[in-house]
Amino acid sequence: MASSAPSDRKYLASHEWAKDQDGEIVVGITDVAVELLSDLVYIDLPPVGKKVTQGEVFGEIESVKAVSDLVAPVNGEVTASNEDLADHLDDLAQDPFDKGWMIRIKPDGEASLDALMDAAAYVKHAAVE
Amino acid sequence: MVPFSGWDMPVQYGSILDEARHVRAKCGLFDLCHMGRFRVTGSGAETALQRLVTNNVAKIKPGVIRYALLTKEDGGVLDDVLVYRDPERTEEFFVVVNAGNCDRDLEWMQTHAAPLGGTVTDHTSELAMIALQGPASESILNPHTGKDLAELGYYKWIHTRVFDIEVSVSRTGYTGEDGFEIYCPTKQAVRIWDALVETGAALGLLPIGLAARDTLRLEAGMALYGHELSESINPYEAGLGWAVKLKSGFIGAEVLAAVKENGPARQLVGLETTSRRVPRQDYPVIADGEQIGFVASGTFSPVRDCNIATAFVPPDYAGVGTQLGFRVRDKDEPASVVALPFYKRDS
Repeated sequence: MASSAPSDRKYLASHEWAKDQDGEIVVGITDVAVELLSDLVYIDLPPVGKKVTQGEVFGEIESVKAVSDLVAPVNGEVTASNEDLADHLDDLAQDPFDKGWMIRIKPDGEASLDALMDAAAYVKHAAVE
Repeated sequence: MVPFSGWDMPVQYGSILDEARHVRAKCGLFDLCHMGRFRVTGSGAETALQRLVTNNVAKIKPGVIRYALLTKEDGGVLDDVLVYRDPERTEEFFVVVNAGNCDRDLEWMQTHAAPLGGTVTDHTSELAMIALQGPASESILNPHTGKDLAELGYYKWIHTRVFDIEVSVSRTGYTGEDGFEIYCPTKQAVRIWDALVETGAALGLLPIGLAARDTLRLEAGMALYGHELSESINPYEAGLGWAVKLKSGFIGAEVLAAVKENGPARQLVGLETTSRRVPRQDYPVIADGEQIGFVASGTFSPVRDCNIATAFVPPDYAGVGTQLGFRVRDKDEPASVVALPFYKRDS
């Protein structure tokens, strides 16, 4: 599938994006993830203060088709959670890279997103989905 | 395209829910080539089918179709099928089976039909299957059909021509809407498909995928093999006793007679939930904190505007209005028992 992934952030193979904003990491899912899921019905995000672990599940999103895990890109603590999303899944469907942000993480120590895919690599990865 | 029982099938073209709504409002075109298609011929065709399936085949008139179950000696269900008696060659039958069971069904049917003088042949590859479903189906298909489809009753079929191609057309479907299923030579299927898309577009015809078809059939309370039916779920539990004629002498009739006599230990119910979580197959169904049953199928229902499911529960919990729960990843969500089907069209 074709992704219009912005180049100001990094990507996980499991279709989450991670954006460094003043030392904190904002996390969401990509346009391709939204298209693969289609017909979103439910989202469960962690509350502020919750610890998340790199590579592990921090929440879940459900569509008519299936329940999918949301995977954290770094270790850290949740400093903001987009609670409005639960009632406005349309925002996520229509604008996954901006209005559809999910959580903000304050990383433990010096977190690096270097190991993640850049936009070009992600677009290539998503093309075969 | 997604692999399904060895076929590459269109699961969705766009939003599943928009596709489902479109079929209820206008018309959907479905590629159903994955379904198994058999002919049963020979002097013993009727006798063989009478032995193989639960409905009374002798009572099926020429040009009429009946729903039936293919059962084993122990009463377990091998498949649910449609049995068509040919409108012209009235000693011959056509049987449509599920894709996932096709090979097993064929072998089972051939084995049991042969001693009774029936021959079962597989025509799945050479005959294509296309469905039109939705209120606009007749007005879309009729102008291009050799016979007047307004005269064709529900669960009846004819041999005719569509876009001047020889086909069989049945007034059947798996969505709860009016509609037709077309059987044509595979080589001509793309011509018919394209011509329908071209001529039907102005009347609201759109290709629809299998995921929306699953939503539509669940709303209409129609069973799906592997969900509401299996070798370990009997027809009475699944609420399909109406398709079982115990005196017709089918394989497993004695066992099912005893099941009927004693009453089923569990029964299929409809569930509706205010939760945003979709109840899915095998999720535990809960009463007073304990598992008492399991979900068979679940989806978001556009017509009910909430999540719905079918589930197997003991008869004590099957009354409409009973408050139950279903468990998603260790959390219980509320649900209440509602009458099946979830949707019935005005007719």
